[in-house]
Amino acid sequence: MELITLIGAITVFILAIFLGFELITKVPATLHTPLMSGANAISGITIVGALIFSNTDYNGGNPGIAAWLAFLALILATINVVGGFAVTNRMLNMIAGKRRGN
Amino acid sequence: MDEAVWDIGYLVASILFIMGLKKLGHPRTAPTGNLYGALGMLVAVVVTIAQMDFGLSNNFILIIAGLAIGGIIGYLMAVRVQMTGMPEMVALFNGFGGAASALVAASEVFRRINENDLPEGLELHVAWTAIGLSALVGWVTLTGSLLAMMKLKGGVEIFGTWYRTPTWGPEWLNYVKGLVLISIVGLLYMTIEEPGNQDYVIAIIALSSILGILFVLPIGGADMPVVVSLLNSLSGIAAAFTGFIIGNNVLIIAGSMVGAAGLILTNIMCKAMNRQLIDVLFKSFGGSDKEQVTRTKVGSDPEEVAMICDGISKCVIIPGYGMAVSQCQHQVREFADILEANGCEVKYGIHPVAGRMPGHMNVLLAEASVPYEKLIEMDDINSEMGECDVAIVVGANDTVNPAARSGEGPLAGMPIIDADKARVVVMVKRSLSVGYAGVDNDLFYEDKTMMLFGDGKKMMTELVSSMKEL
Repeated sequence: MELITLIGAITVFILAIFLGFELITKVPATLHTPLMSGANAISGITIVGALIFSNTDYNGGNPGIAAWLAFLALILATINVVGGFAVTNRMLNMIAGKRRGN
Repeated sequence: MDEAVWDIGYLVASILFIMGLKKLGHPRTAPTGNLYGALGMLVAVVVTIAQMDFGLSNNFILIIAGLAIGGIIGYLMAVRVQMTGMPEMVALFNGFGGAASALVAASEVFRRINENDLPEGLELHVAWTAIGLSALVGWVTLTGSLLAMMKLKGGVEIFGTWYRTPTWGPEWLNYVKGLVLISIVGLLYMTIEEPGNQDYVIAIIALSSILGILFVLPIGGADMPVVVSLLNSLSGIAAAFTGFIIGNNVLIIAGSMVGAAGLILTNIMCKAMNRQLIDVLFKSFGGSDKEQVTRTKVGSDPEEVAMICDGISKCVIIPGYGMAVSQCQHQVREFADILEANGCEVKYGIHPVAGRMPGHMNVLLAEASVPYEKLIEMDDINSEMGECDVAIVVGANDTVNPAARSGEGPLAGMPIIDADKARVVVMVKRSLSVGYAGVDNDLFYEDKTMMLFGDGKKMMTELVSSMKEL
């Protein structure tokens, strides 16, 4: 890794933290739980890492421990992503359903 | 074609995440926000798979299998969970997210050690630091979330025996936690010095798992929402560190954004309880030393309460975790409908930490189609409590406990809903037992308080039928 790449990555890291702080300052209490759940589903983005490493190591038909760890990571990350978005959607539908009722 | 072109796909995913998170914060746009988030995830996954070189291997099938297994499990869990089980579910998903990041880090380090493909110089420092931090945060998130989940449930059932989740944490435990953390940082340095030694990695994993348990163990059930929110933040940070390992910006952006978002929510919750985050995490509270209840109070029956409620002009309903447990939000709404039909003004007083999650009550009442405008936040409802004829407290305790005003004990300084200012207080509760904070409630014993002892659903149903009979 080049130094410039590292500094670029750290810049993105810091700026995204500030972005996160700014994005969700005023949130009504109704949305706290769905927001937490939705944010949690987004943190399942680690699925990208799990996908990449799931591919590297089965080569040659000899999956080592690294490959199995990545495969397990893939399953857990997918549960996080699919479950997280689905459950958030369920909660939001209830709130929306109530709004339509009025 | 240059491989970097694929990064445009990741940029699109990042934008979708940012817009999604922003939209999730406003009631009208929240469903769209969630959709954007899911869409961003789909783009990221498709872009990742599209640029993979599968060669002659069967990896494609394995990856599809992994996605299918995880997808089906996740979907079934999400569809089947009861609304009362939501906090546990979020805690569990958190743990899975953290574990996934930690496993990716472990996978990378074991692959490099086994293939003797160790990086050098700057890359070694960056890769090994990121792997170490990802492992630290990821494993802490996993074990911490699992323990938090069990605390929210109250215990676990193993072979038919119920074990209560313990809360234990003497003062010196904080020093132990500090020591464990220092050891992990030390080990992190040692892995960089000696990158080929996997014993250090295993030690980091073990110590981090222990740290997660030590971290949550002393924190009482009343503070669990804060912990779950903080763990949500941590699972984002773990994903960001994973981004450093694979050198991918979308992970860094999404992960650190979620980290910041989780921290904001954590702060909102701490403010609602008038507590400092540091106190919540390091001074045990709401622990096992519960006050013994020695006083008694004669219970009332639903007919009596129905008679009191006849002809009143203002009623405030204050729900708590008990409403979630007994799932009586529909009965509560039915009761409110009857009152309104008789010309009574009904509002709901929502304490910011009622239930086990921020907004827990709002979600439940929304499920029962209670109009949004009737859910009044604590500060606004408190100014109206003086004019309230009847305050109906459904399964809440600590959030209406006047002891919080006294400045002593575990509840000291927590803002409460002033139910005691209403002319009559009706408490629907199973017994006189203490709430999560373990403090007896003087409100129970006041003359104007009527206790309806029993399960929330049963009591509210009887109350509704009594109202109809009047």
